[in-house]
Amino acid sequence: MAVHENTTPLVELEGINKIFGGIHALRDAHCRIHAGEVVALVGENGAGKSTLVKTMTGLYQPNSGTIRVKGQAVRLATAKAASEYGITAIHQETTLFEELSIVENIFMGHPRTKPSGLLDWAAMRSEAREHLERVNLDVEPTTLLKQLSLGQQHMVAIARALAEAADVVIMDEPTASLSSNEIEKLYVIIEKLRDLGKGILFISHKFDEVFRIADRYVVFRDGAFVGDGNIAEVTEHDLVKMMVGREVGTVFPKRAVEIGAPLLEVASLSNGIEFKDVSFTLHKREILGFYGLVGAGRSEVMRAIMALSPYPFTGQIRLDGVPANWKICGDAIDAGVVYVPEDRRNQGAILPLSIRDNIALPSMKRLARGIWPDKSAERRLAQEYGRVFEIRAASIEQPVEDLSGGNQQKVVLARWLATNPDVVIVDEPTRGIDVGAKSAVHEALAEMVEQDLSVLLVSSELPELMGMADRIIVMRLGEMVAEFTRDDFSAELIAAYATGARAPQPAREVA
Amino acid sequence: MLNVLKSREALLAASWLALIALAGSITPNFVSIQGLRDLMTDLSILVVLAVAQMIVILIRGIDLSVAANLAFTGMVVALLSVANPGLPTVVWPLVCIVVGAMVGMLNGALIAELQIPPIVVTLGTMSIWRGMIFVISGGSWVVQHQFPEGYLAVPRTQILGLTLFFWIGLTVAAGMWLVMTQTRFGRELYGMGGNPRAAQYAGVRVKHHEFWVYTITGALAGLSGWLWTSRYAMANTDVAAGFELQTVAACVIGGVAIAGGAGTVIGAVFGALFLGTLYNILPVIGVSQFWQQALSGAIILLAVYFNMISRKPPVRRILPLASPQGAGE
Ligand SMILES: Nc1ncnc2c1ncn2[C@@H]1O[C@H](COP(=O)(O)OP(=O)(O)OP(=O)(O)O)[C@@H](O)[C@H]1O
Ligand SMILES: [Mg+2]
Repeated sequence: MAVHENTTPLVELEGINKIFGGIHALRDAHCRIHAGEVVALVGENGAGKSTLVKTMTGLYQPNSGTIRVKGQAVRLATAKAASEYGITAIHQETTLFEELSIVENIFMGHPRTKPSGLLDWAAMRSEAREHLERVNLDVEPTTLLKQLSLGQQHMVAIARALAEAADVVIMDEPTASLSSNEIEKLYVIIEKLRDLGKGILFISHKFDEVFRIADRYVVFRDGAFVGDGNIAEVTEHDLVKMMVGREVGTVFPKRAVEIGAPLLEVASLSNGIEFKDVSFTLHKREILGFYGLVGAGRSEVMRAIMALSPYPFTGQIRLDGVPANWKICGDAIDAGVVYVPEDRRNQGAILPLSIRDNIALPSMKRLARGIWPDKSAERRLAQEYGRVFEIRAASIEQPVEDLSGGNQQKVVLARWLATNPDVVIVDEPTRGIDVGAKSAVHEALAEMVEQDLSVLLVSSELPELMGMADRIIVMRLGEMVAEFTRDDFSAELIAAYATGARAPQPAREVA
Repeated sequence: MLNVLKSREALLAASWLALIALAGSITPNFVSIQGLRDLMTDLSILVVLAVAQMIVILIRGIDLSVAANLAFTGMVVALLSVANPGLPTVVWPLVCIVVGAMVGMLNGALIAELQIPPIVVTLGTMSIWRGMIFVISGGSWVVQHQFPEGYLAVPRTQILGLTLFFWIGLTVAAGMWLVMTQTRFGRELYGMGGNPRAAQYAGVRVKHHEFWVYTITGALAGLSGWLWTSRYAMANTDVAAGFELQTVAACVIGGVAIAGGAGTVIGAVFGALFLGTLYNILPVIGVSQFWQQALSGAIILLAVYFNMISRKPPVRRILPLASPQGAGE
């Protein structure tokens, strides 16, 4: 596919350097995107992928280097300038407007106007409807964004990029909060764009996606270009080696542990809105997996257990045989149950604070001497867990908002596991995390399970669940539809229950 | 969707009418033609300023200098009119708008370019312009008989039975409604308030817009300076002291989110009408000075609470409703 040597690329970056304070985020980076190709940009967390995206979309100004659009050197001073040169991006962090309608989200910054200069709402509505159709989202364009699920909101972001009719579409981890169904739709959209002669830059940490959709790959390491080529000519193993610079095991390091007595018992939890009749028992040293499509109600159950749900629920929760009437999340934490939320940027990290403060926050009381926080103990804790989860930062005093997306995720994970809990509920623990760090996370969880930790593992990645869990519960539309024990895990069956292709198992088997 | 907002505004409008009816039942004079005409004349200034404050709050800012701007501009134009009584009356509102806009530009430049927090900037400029009134007037007052005749008469001109004050208030409100709902600029302000980073990513010229929002607010505050001096036939250092807080309160009552990103012009207008009417009514129905303050404070708190509960996040159902089609993934 990539016999482009003689054609002019749509965009070409050369010798780009970007320095933040002391951090060299891009070093002499280069990259080109031709018409009609999908380029996968891969690299570890903090390799500079998002920085490159922001440089190409006028949000960051490079310290040096050249950007050429269709062969002509340009300066992209603002996002507007980039979009005028035909470059648009779906950024890693959400860039939508909750309080506004889908129409406005799609056209913010590039509206359709009438000759009088006033907005042409009718035109925007009908055009929005078309774009929503293209991304297969069946909602009224006047719906407020906040009424959509996370996955649907992401589809709006994609519709937004389509509406720009750009020549180059950049997607920075677009699949992170999409269900497998929605990801399939995204592939179709990307293929259509490619056939229309657009250039697509696709960033993902998931190799199945990269191999499924990309024509060419570009690998970055520590802000520098380390290689590119045709996707058909490499293996996953090669890519990982280029990214990390060493060999990484991608096997899920499940360890043989002896599963203990029942620890967390949940009986017929219902709240009438989000989930119904959820019952399960988590044993000591067990990893109990929850699978389902995005929006199946798994996170909502976990939030209810943690007393974080806005809705009252019925049903019983027992910890170690004792009824748990947790009124606020702090009660659960005091009882030794912690929750690593799915949306870590909004519900997890405290962005302006340092890595140390973020990690030590819930452990502060434990580490303090009297009322005085013990800074050096906090520093040791942060350093230890920073190492365990391979957090890449200039120092642990760096504010979390300056970290790359994946490293922000790791900080939140580190924070909760550093409290030394009895039970951890982890929601999508490896979303947005690179291969190396992913196996580090799995390794760390497995090791802590050996030391008596019990885990509720919510994940939309079946390989991760099948690798780590002792049992898997499948949820669909707020209800448990099947349960599997490790011996009879079957990817096809699990997926079939999750999508509803198979009718739910009889209830007695579930309990 | 918009029903929540719509119904909130309708509710506010209804409570406003109820308030007037209540006052009328106690003091029939209040609802006489003259009484209502006076009320609308009085309210127009607060409406103009509430609308001006609303666009600032919408973009996560605040302008505490609006009342000082009003007073300063009022003094400038009062002194000018005393010195040049022969000039046509149309000059005065124009002067006010220009002077007010310049005052606003200073706020805008400090906030947008130097990135100083709006509350700090406008608290500072509030003192500056109050001080400047003293400087240009030497501390003396401009009072009724000094103003040229036309200056006081023109705004009182009646058109269709209502004073020019009312029509100016209505025009400003309608114009702002048009800008905020039908123009790119207005909608981009909603974007900036809702998610500034996303707005920047979407190519919105954030700094440019911020600068112009403060400028527009300044211009409207200047216009109010003209309205105020002619309505009360006076200009001095203490004119409209503390009025900036009423403009903020009017917005809050009208459902403008103090954290930015949400609110409507219609809401702000009804917030101003409600609050202004309340301030007018309390003395009329014989509530003592001390209780007036406490009562209006309590009503503002109530309004904020009410807004808060009506802004609850929407329910995202997962369980199918009774009919299976209602299912959402
Ligand atoms: N605004 C900023 N200020 C300071 N440092 C920054 C800033 N943005 C990024 N960095 C640093 O630049 C480096 C590259 O970050 P970038 O976000 O580009 O990584 P990435 O490849 O997108 O990683 P991920 O896969 O985690 O999203 C990181 O070390 C990060 O800490
Ligand atoms: Mg990134």
